[in-house]
Amino acid sequence: MKVDTPRASRQGPGVAAPSVPPRPLGAPLPRRDRLRRRIADNLVAYAFLVLGILAFALFSWYPIVRGFLLSFQQVNFAAPAEWVGLDNFQRLLDDPLFLTAWRNTLWFTLLALVFGFAAPFVTAVVLNELRHGRAYLRMTVYLPVMLPPIVTVLLWRWFYDPGPGLFNNVLKIFHLPPQQWLESSNLSMLSLVIVSTWANMGTTTLIYLAALGGIPGELYEAAQLDGASIRQRLWHVTIPQMRFILLITLLLQVIGTMQVFVEPFVLTGGGPSDATITVLLLLYRYAFVYSDFGLASAMSTVLFVVLGAFAGLYLRLTRTKG
Amino acid sequence: MATAESPVRTLVAPAELQRPLGRLLYRTVLTFVFVSFTAAFVFPLFWMASGALKSSAELAEPVPHLLPQSFHPESYTEAWSSTGLGRYFLNTLLLAAGALLLQLVVDVAAAYALSKLRPVLGNIVLAMMLATLMLPVSALLVPTYLTVVDVPLIHVNLINTPFAIWLPACANAFNIFVLKRFFDQIPEEMIDAARIDGAGPLRILASVVLPLSRPVLGVVSIFAVVGVWKDFLWPMLTLPDPKGQPLTVALATLSLDMPANQLLAGMVMASVPLLVIFLVFQKNIMAGLTAGSLKG
Repeated sequence: MKVDTPRASRQGPGVAAPSVPPRPLGAPLPRRDRLRRRIADNLVAYAFLVLGILAFALFSWYPIVRGFLLSFQQVNFAAPAEWVGLDNFQRLLDDPLFLTAWRNTLWFTLLALVFGFAAPFVTAVVLNELRHGRAYLRMTVYLPVMLPPIVTVLLWRWFYDPGPGLFNNVLKIFHLPPQQWLESSNLSMLSLVIVSTWANMGTTTLIYLAALGGIPGELYEAAQLDGASIRQRLWHVTIPQMRFILLITLLLQVIGTMQVFVEPFVLTGGGPSDATITVLLLLYRYAFVYSDFGLASAMSTVLFVVLGAFAGLYLRLTRTKG
Repeated sequence: MATAESPVRTLVAPAELQRPLGRLLYRTVLTFVFVSFTAAFVFPLFWMASGALKSSAELAEPVPHLLPQSFHPESYTEAWSSTGLGRYFLNTLLLAAGALLLQLVVDVAAAYALSKLRPVLGNIVLAMMLATLMLPVSALLVPTYLTVVDVPLIHVNLINTPFAIWLPACANAFNIFVLKRFFDQIPEEMIDAARIDGAGPLRILASVVLPLSRPVLGVVSIFAVVGVWKDFLWPMLTLPDPKGQPLTVALATLSLDMPANQLLAGMVMASVPLLVIFLVFQKNIMAGLTAGSLKG
């Protein structure tokens, strides 16, 4: 489709063959020239593409391969890397914190789903019914998403402060006992989940709102004509219509929350007594506190496989739908 | 107003809202949502900004006042100059600006080549780039860090240079995806017409494709700036020298040593540019949100 002869004359001087006699306009190019032009076109295209390819190759593709290889090596900056087989994975299993970190991460993910999955859906359904102040409400729910995560956690650390913190002051007003929000091993994980939900629910809410807007109104009207109450309409129209997007955000949320880092890193440091140490926090310790990059890479590989399973599921779902 | 003819039919029928009970319920829910949203999402920001205005003594008081009893705007200027947050703010600005510029150049060129110049094996390159969208970023943390410490081929250590932030930021599959999809919609006839008029690929990009792509360039730019501005873990690892650190990293390290009101002032400084970006570009941000998630 791109073979249109007049272009041949406009190739760069070094590309067009100089001694070719003038041909009638519209006649096909000789095969050699066509090949030459295709090569030239490709060279130009790759000139545009080369920086992108380099960036991905260096900072994305190569690290993927390298991370995998590193998990079978012993690495430190002093000596060349050494192959150690499955040694790193064995050491992971021997570390009691490895299981603790996974248990905590799964617990965090589960709690985050209970709050973070239900809250945006309920919020979106309610917001979709309101006829007043829509712009204001949509804006406010998204405000926390715009804050840098570090500001969010520092802000909440201040609220959770057992001394002059806002939350214990509010509890005092209602004559309730003050809580050790971050210091008690029972409560600390829940406190982290609350922060994370507050910070992230805006995105999901807006995605749901967009999806709710796409449900055809006739479905509700038809259901109503059949005598369906509001609750029945919610159950038999809204939720089935939203099923796909709910499933997608569920998967994305699992992938996201399993990589939680900033909240435990700043608010609890993994404590009290390892109650909030997460997979990523432990990975960070292996790599950047103990400089054990082989062990950290083994941890990354495990995380990669687990999250990869969810990502594969996500891909399959979006493919079949699209 | 809850008029009988609402433009879009939703879960609750307009007639149901017209009944006395429906109206009462609607009012109650509306008030509840307004109050709770303001309390949950706006009040914390107000509390942060007003806390910075309070004196240290007032901040430490056991029972806080809703409005500041003391007024000390100087904690903002002190945090900016004597604690040195101003320099970190400028660092953040520099990191964000450089990342924006490089991402635009690299990713626009790449997406243009993949969409309009379509070289041999272009589809494979595109697939490999988009595949990285699915990868968990944190699983690549260690190998990417080691790559930045010693970049293959050229063997340069990027630690403590802004390139440690800028270069990895260019490998952004979201940008490639959004840009390419937009470029694909530009009709081939327009490109051909420019070509017949004698324009080369660079000229076509500059005078046909880019002027048509302002909305998508806006989305990409906003996400590039916001992403770098918010980032914490990566700059903390790759910029260990405080001189070059962005505001987010500095706030985390200084948070325990700074007076509370100055820390709050610093947190406001780190947030205000993003909140302004959000208020100005709300529509673009939401467009990017749905582009990245719904149609991924």
